[in-house]
Amino acid sequence: MSQESNGIEVKGLVREFKNGPRAVDGIDLTVEPGEIYGFLGPNGAGKSTTVHMLTTLLPPTAGSAKVAGLDVATEGSKVRKVIGAALQEAALDPHLTAREHMKLQTSLHGLPKEERLKRGDELIERVGLSEAADRRVGGYSGGMKRRLDLALALVHRPRVLFLDEPTTGLDPQSRASLWTEVTRLSAEDGVTVFLTTQYLEEADQLANRVGIIDAGRIAAEGTPAALKSEIGRPSVEVVPRDPANRARSQEILDQFGTAVPAARDALGIRLNEGIDELVGIVRAFDSANIELASLVLNEPTLDDVFLAKTGRHLEGAGEADSAEMPLPDGETVNA
Amino acid sequence: MAARSVTRLVRQPAAIIPSVIFPLFLLAVNAGGLNAATDLPGFPTDSYITFAIAFTFIQSAIFSTMNAGQSLAQDIENGFFSRLVLTPMRPSALMAGQLVGLVLLGQFQALLYFAVGIAAGADFAAGIGGYFVLAALVSIISVGFGGIGLIMAIRTGSGEAVQGMFPIMFVLLFFSSMTLPRNLIEQDWYRFLATINPVSYLIEAIRSLFIVGWDAEALALGFAIAIVLAVLSIAFAARSLKGRMLK
Repeated sequence: MSQESNGIEVKGLVREFKNGPRAVDGIDLTVEPGEIYGFLGPNGAGKSTTVHMLTTLLPPTAGSAKVAGLDVATEGSKVRKVIGAALQEAALDPHLTAREHMKLQTSLHGLPKEERLKRGDELIERVGLSEAADRRVGGYSGGMKRRLDLALALVHRPRVLFLDEPTTGLDPQSRASLWTEVTRLSAEDGVTVFLTTQYLEEADQLANRVGIIDAGRIAAEGTPAALKSEIGRPSVEVVPRDPANRARSQEILDQFGTAVPAARDALGIRLNEGIDELVGIVRAFDSANIELASLVLNEPTLDDVFLAKTGRHLEGAGEADSAEMPLPDGETVNA
Repeated sequence: MAARSVTRLVRQPAAIIPSVIFPLFLLAVNAGGLNAATDLPGFPTDSYITFAIAFTFIQSAIFSTMNAGQSLAQDIENGFFSRLVLTPMRPSALMAGQLVGLVLLGQFQALLYFAVGIAAGADFAAGIGGYFVLAALVSIISVGFGGIGLIMAIRTGSGEAVQGMFPIMFVLLFFSSMTLPRNLIEQDWYRFLATINPVSYLIEAIRSLFIVGWDAEALALGFAIAIVLAVLSIAFAARSLKGRMLK
């Protein structure tokens, strides 16, 4: 199979649940082969439902999706052969060891017998679980489970990898090691990675391109740099050394931009023009004889992008409307 | 999948031991309290334990429903089922894998109950060859009831829902010829229920091996019902599973 067919193409994808909301509401997106695509959104935005449809675990209500050139609705068994998936909850059997999981997974994927043990050991070592390989998974930490889950998703060398919030609940060290492995998979093995996350930093650092989803719709899409430059203007925060100068300081700042929320004791503005205005701000405070305790320039973040597109901040945005969506036959999925 | 099924059973003794022990307790209670039933005219044997031991095999098969269903429901609840579904494995192979451990457990239970029964004084008229027939019948019955558990697990995805079936299965057991031969049940409605209840014929097939030896009619009926139950439950379970997987 050529690298060219490793992408994802989604057109007008919809998923409605019985007696529930439209979890995914007509999304279009394209993921290029070998790309890391970050699917960013708050809880309940439709990230997991999208992953369930793209991995053939849930039929779309409308629209179409092709993974590695294969239609998820009509070529499910072929799609399953070329994808790997680590879903939101690490899908492990607490009664089995890591090595037993590998043995089962390699045999279910039909790897030749002589290759199974070697491949299993290689992946266990790669995710740093060699010492715990013969311990039952029920006693693993969250990070260890996540790493094993990722290793299991890789046994058959998938061309497209789906990671549904792979670092949620992980400590910084486990998160960093998972990021390293995901980057390596994309850069060295050419694996296309579709990664959902609610962490801005993760999408910013890891993804070549980001799609921001809110209430089942794509709110913005592009490279992190392009999305941030679309918002364009950095913000500035100043803290006057003498609190008595706060009102005068605010007047000066208002000449250069519009007020934005700032840290405690600080005054913040979004610059009207851009970074060039920084010199003017310093001169204005100097002319007014106002001494500053600090002056900080903040580049736009993806949260600013989310705020600009949806009117809300990403953190906590989905908590109020997060809900468990019923699947056919009573199963549920966190949308 | 088969190896996993066995490993899971071995590593969860707390989940298995009650289902092994409980039928023996019920046998002890019934054999102790209902021994006078052997004095009824027409009762087929003078040893109540020889008569009653058959239902321990059926009861353990009913526990199979719970074991198979809860095991699969647990897989669905913790996401492991999604991992299995995302492999190229066929639904029928998944079903078979889930049931292998169950059949082996059924065989262990059958041997245990048989040994306890014989040690407690039960007769076994069919001899050594009859034991293999008993083992075969128990396996098929375990698969049949196990399949019902799988259907419940696939359709509800909930261990609690599977457990909720337990009283229903017990009603099936109690409204059968479990404690008395059907022709000696005095109440018409009870005799009617026991006659239309397929569980009666499963019990009577096993019982015939202990009391009669080789009763072709009882064995044919028992095997036929067990095979139909196994085929229907597995076919329906595989169909339900296919319904969950996109083509």
